Amino acid sequence: MENLPLVMITGTRKGIGKYLAHYYVEKGFQVIGCSRSSVDYELANYQHFCLDVINEFAVKKMFIDVRRTHGRLDVLINNAGIASMNHVLSTPMNTVRKIFDTNVAGTFLFCREAAKLMQIKQYGRIVNFSTVATPLKLEGEAVYAASKAAIITLTEILARELAPLGITVNAVGPTPVETDLIRSVPQEKIDNLLSRQAISRLGKFEDIANVIDFFIQEKSEFVTGQNIYLGGVS
Amino acid sequence: MEKVVLMHEKIVDIIVGESKEVNKKLKNKISVELREAAPLFGENGILDSIALVTLLVAVEQSVEDEFDFPVILADEKAMSQKNSPYQSIGALAQYVGSLLKE
Ligand SMILES: NC(=O)c1ccc[n+]([C@@H]2O[C@H](COP(=O)([O-])OP(=O)(O)OC[C@H]3O[C@@H](n4cnc5c(N)ncnc54)[C@H](OP(=O)(O)O)[C@@H]3O)[C@@H](O)[C@H]2O)c1
Repeated sequence: MENLPLVMITGTRKGIGKYLAHYYVEKGFQVIGCSRSSVDYELANYQHFCLDVINEFAVKKMFIDVRRTHGRLDVLINNAGIASMNHVLSTPMNTVRKIFDTNVAGTFLFCREAAKLMQIKQYGRIVNFSTVATPLKLEGEAVYAASKAAIITLTEILARELAPLGITVNAVGPTPVETDLIRSVPQEKIDNLLSRQAISRLGKFEDIANVIDFFIQEKSEFVTGQNIYLGGVS
Repeated sequence: MEKVVLMHEKIVDIIVGESKEVNKKLKNKISVELREAAPLFGENGILDSIALVTLLVAVEQSVEDEFDFPVILADEKAMSQKNSPYQSIGALAQYVGSLLKE
């Protein structure tokens, strides 16, 4: 069991994260997941931690647990994220802080702690989440899209800082995928978004897993600091 | 008081031990025989930032295992040439001790 590749995925209770937890267990990975609430599923080779990704103490304790049990971490997928659809003039500051905390600070904290663990074996793959809402300048998503722009910059610079430790850092930018995250976005907005993609359809979980699979392969060691948008958005 | 001194000694031992490990990969070695006075980083330091980070991570993990308490060796002044809490093994030990006392 100890020889199975070890992947940590944040935000596995539902949506894309839940799919990825199942997908990587099925692929023969040992999966460690987390979210604020517990999960309604049980999987062999899956361990869940209930925590908020911005709680430094709780996150640190999880990493200590992983280090003591496994002594390494091969892959980190920073999927946990929140969005908010609102006009700038009616967006409360509290929403701004929560989005930046969860999406940017949470991603940063996990990258930092994962890198400490990955450097033990001088090997690691980190995948962060961006969104097509950033390049498409999606109105109503200013704060969310800005937080994801920050994640791209973080990805690019961490790629350089962590390269000497054998760790690659990349990002995947999904198009709209049917999850709770986009439930509050009006259909008309979604249709408009899809029409601006090179390939005008909703994204599937499989599309995202495919890009992650590419980034986390051992032979992708020369691919770092990259962001891949789906659907032909650039 | 005695307990604090003992803890400080234990932390110095950990840092010296991890410095020896890091030394295996370094051309410019940490003078572990100087113990607390051994320069690490900053004005008279011998570590570059990547070697410093490697040492800090190793120390962090050993301290956590020894004292069974999460510590995070992250400091605003870490990379400062003048005021880094990582200038010497002694300074680093003081800093680690202050985190454990918090
Ligand atoms: N769906 C899309 O159309 C789309 C498009 C582009 C990018 N993305 C990105 O894809 C990622 C996943 O989105 P999704 O659609 O799967 O969202 P989702 O269905 O809303 O799920 C979000 C997941 O993250 C967890 N989570 C949220 N805040 C957390 C926190 N502070 N600490 C720990 N876990 C937290 C949630 O669990 P708990 O509530 O239990 O914490 C949940 O499992 C996000 O980064 C999102 O920005 C999604």
